[in-house]
Amino acid sequence: MATKTIEPKAPALVRAWDWITETQVWTSIFRHTAPINDKNRVLVMLSNVFLHMHPVRLRKSGVRLRYTWCMGGISFFLFLVLTFTGLLLMFYYRPTLEYAYSDIVGLREHVPLGIMREMHRWGAHAMVITVWLHMFRVFMTGSYKPPREFNWNVGVIMLVLTLLLSFTGYLLPWDQLAVWAITVGSNMARATPLAGYEGPGAQFMTLGGVPLVHQADDARFALLGGTVVGEGALLRFYVLHCVALPLVIGFLMAVHFWRVRKDGGISGPL
Amino acid sequence: MTALKSFIDLVADPRLFFAMTTVALVLVVWKREAFSSNRWGWGLMVLLAIFFGFGLTDENFVKIIAKPDNVPIVALIFLLVFFTWYSMREAVHNDRRIAAGKPPVEKDESDRVWTWPDLVYTELISMVVCMVVLIVWSILLEAPIEQPANNANTPNPSKAPWYFLGLQEMLVYFDPWLAGVVLPGLIIVGLMAIPYVDKNPNGNGYYTFRERKAEITIFLFGFVVLWSSLIVLGTFLRGPNWNFFGPFEYWDIHKLEALTNVQLSEYIWVRGLGMALPDNWFIREMFGLALTLFYVVGLPVLLAKKGLVKYYEKLGPTRYYVAVLLFLSMLSLPVKMLMRWVFNLKYIVSIPEFFLNI
Ligand code: HEM
Repeated sequence: MATKTIEPKAPALVRAWDWITETQVWTSIFRHTAPINDKNRVLVMLSNVFLHMHPVRLRKSGVRLRYTWCMGGISFFLFLVLTFTGLLLMFYYRPTLEYAYSDIVGLREHVPLGIMREMHRWGAHAMVITVWLHMFRVFMTGSYKPPREFNWNVGVIMLVLTLLLSFTGYLLPWDQLAVWAITVGSNMARATPLAGYEGPGAQFMTLGGVPLVHQADDARFALLGGTVVGEGALLRFYVLHCVALPLVIGFLMAVHFWRVRKDGGISGPL
Repeated sequence: MTALKSFIDLVADPRLFFAMTTVALVLVVWKREAFSSNRWGWGLMVLLAIFFGFGLTDENFVKIIAKPDNVPIVALIFLLVFFTWYSMREAVHNDRRIAAGKPPVEKDESDRVWTWPDLVYTELISMVVCMVVLIVWSILLEAPIEQPANNANTPNPSKAPWYFLGLQEMLVYFDPWLAGVVLPGLIIVGLMAIPYVDKNPNGNGYYTFRERKAEITIFLFGFVVLWSSLIVLGTFLRGPNWNFFGPFEYWDIHKLEALTNVQLSEYIWVRGLGMALPDNWFIREMFGLALTLFYVVGLPVLLAKKGLVKYYEKLGPTRYYVAVLLFLSMLSLPVKMLMRWVFNLKYIVSIPEFFLNI
């Protein structure tokens, strides 16, 4: 009698995994098997919309923390965290003199174990630091040199936008800390040459004897929507903080990442 | 202990503080071979940790350091020291290789690797680490909320958000139109101009110091000494009325500091020539105006003929003037600081008639 060899059964988890990855649902999402061979390592980068920001292969030096410190990547990740936590905060926060402060206090008092506000605030501080360190790294590796001059400039604009995002957000809790920090910061605008009412040369900005630049019509007024940090400023900063600036910086990030690729990937010696 | 604390309070004085960070930078650049050793890197981190640990035993120190919004700046201090050391270490390492006829490390790592798994796993781990750090930080430290906004009650000191405190510190030396508008504008323009005025083709895509000595030194001076250390100064060492307070000093609202600053015009007309100040602003300020004009126009021309001839020839007139003008704008801050500290000079040009003080 011929002996029958019995294949040892694969462990249950492996079988379950095999079953799941063969279902129509799974194969409709992932068009190829796991990236464990070269063909699939190419396919995964090309077929996944998130991964296809990356090249299929890249310089060995470029993946090393030693070279990039991962600071650009961390900045982007923090931006995503901030977008998400910010969105949650928007459910609870109303940008009016009546509610702004009490909504923030309410977050603390009515949301048990809530750390969204903390994650948003500390994440924002951290992003300012990581963007600076990213710039520092890009400088130290000379990565702004041709052909990456333009991308460095996109970066500088994003650096300014990061600071502005942080600055506009600082006002929203509407407490003493917020209002006075923004007062100190925005007071600078009234000294803008020609355009601020205490700026050099502003008194020459007249039309037919009528002064064009005065306390209620100058650079600071445009920033605050009023002569003091009040209701107008709160609304303006809220809209800038939650809509305008994130849209612009998000758009520029797309340009930035695209250009990292198009300028030849992470820099390295020629 | 008290003696040590008073000593630290003493040397944290803005003048010494600035002098020390500048000297530290000179040493880092000059003695980079020694500085880039592991012993120095870790030694500095440990020293910093000991300093902050020691500080935490002091009530006044804790009051400032433990303000929730100031915690990131403590982190910034550690990170900046670390990364300055680290980038110098990599640069020195490559410089040694290049001197020995070998290519920089990055050249040896020119081979391509697969994005999956090499990069995506690194990214995944970084994300997890960041998330953990952020969550732990958020659990341990509550976001601040103070009394509701009150326009009638001005806190003293009133400080801008911490990343602008370097600019606020500049207000000690310059009027708002310069410290708050023109110079920040020039910082942005200056950063954007870097790739276009730096014609040095070397050091593109690898760490090196020897091939980019001037660029790196200038950048470190601007970023670490001027921008970052002034933030630290403005956050930790400036108290009520923007007076200076040592890290262990109590922030006393009634601390008085004698202000005996003098205008240049007064120096020249009243003290130098023994005359009254002329009524006409132009005559009164002509020396200061001439000096300013010399600084922004004459000096670059002069330097093109003597001192920076090499750069003038290499960069050509346009790049040269843009670069030198931006560089001089950056230097205007330490120049003004020195004039204040040495001569008590308030303004070089003072025309309150047009809100124009320099
Ligand atoms: C909002 C902030 C920013 C984000 C999210 C961001 C993101 C990134 C990422 C993910 C990379 C890929 C390499 C890496 O991680 O180092 C990169 C590269 C680069 N970034 Fe940024 N960046 C930001 C701001 C800046 C700033 C402020 C500058 C310069 C002033 C800059 C200049 C560059 C340049 C020149 C490269 C190419 C580097 C190379 O090829 O080695 N970026 N950026």
